[in-house]
Amino acid sequence: MGRSSPRFGRPRCARYNPRCMHEYAVTQNIVDIVCRHAAKAGASRVKRVDLVVGELSTIVDDSVQFYYDFIAEGTLAEGAQLCFRRVPIEVECGACGHVWQPVDADWTCPACGQAQARVRAGREFYVESIEVED
Amino acid sequence: MARIPVVERIMQANDDVAAANRRLLDEHGVHAVNIIAAPGAGKTSLILAVAAALQGRCRVGVIEGDLASDVDAVKVRAAGLPVVQINTGGGCHLDAEQIRVALLRLPLDEIDLLLIENVGNLICPVDFALGEHTRLGISSVPEGDDKPYKYPTVFANIDALALNKADLLAFLPFDVAEFKRLVFALNPELSFFPVSSTTGAGIPALADWLAGLAAPSA
Repeated sequence: MGRSSPRFGRPRCARYNPRCMHEYAVTQNIVDIVCRHAAKAGASRVKRVDLVVGELSTIVDDSVQFYYDFIAEGTLAEGAQLCFRRVPIEVECGACGHVWQPVDADWTCPACGQAQARVRAGREFYVESIEVED
Repeated sequence: MARIPVVERIMQANDDVAAANRRLLDEHGVHAVNIIAAPGAGKTSLILAVAAALQGRCRVGVIEGDLASDVDAVKVRAAGLPVVQINTGGGCHLDAEQIRVALLRLPLDEIDLLLIENVGNLICPVDFALGEHTRLGISSVPEGDDKPYKYPTVFANIDALALNKADLLAFLPFDVAEFKRLVFALNPELSFFPVSSTTGAGIPALADWLAGLAAPSA
């Protein structure tokens, strides 16, 4: 990585590993997927990447953008704008069938009080589309 | 300017390797458990306690994941178990490729139950499938009964939860009923095991459950 940070300066430790956050590994996957599809389409560069991320995912948007900027350097994907569409968590009560979007981590059913929530949405994590220049 | 539909899962590359790991484990009749917990929850101690309880019944192998050092692997090896240490060198989770390489170094035909100790972390390991059959989370009493509020994703994505250091319930203000209410609301099908690696309380129940998973389904 080797990029200077205003607060800590350039990392000095010889064994410094940029994979210290899992967004690094995840962002590498995103760049791989984007480049593969852009190359297949014969594009000259990628302008925009649309990502769908469920709220149950542990991904931090800013961190992905931070890693993207230098992982994509020198590739077709360099300089593309990342757009995140967040999908709210939606659960269904296994007892009464009530469907709701929990506001915190207490998933007790607001309708019947049972604790039998099943996740219907919120686990999404995929590249939806890319915008490219020919 | 053209818009190209992609719709490709970002974790697909990891999941493909995880699926291959799973096939290899199945070919050798190994049941793998991915153990996810915070640092200090007592992962290594619990592995040793469970392995001791299973002695003579079920052959246990271990993969140890840590940022650095082999102190955990040394403890496990001293107990006579086959073990591979993975050092992630700063990486906050194990991934499927690291497990693929580790499996090459284990005597899979001599293992029924493979316990994989992930890096101590309640966030990142959740997103990285390793090829495991079962996910076991460990919480410990000193961490507090509000953990499910702070890390809901991990509690919603495990098959079983061990509440470790249960011997400390006598000394700490930990509300087990409230903890269980939160955890089961997130994950109604969870198997729950209060245990203490120190006193051995609850270990036989957890060991029996794991042995049942590893038993060949005849």
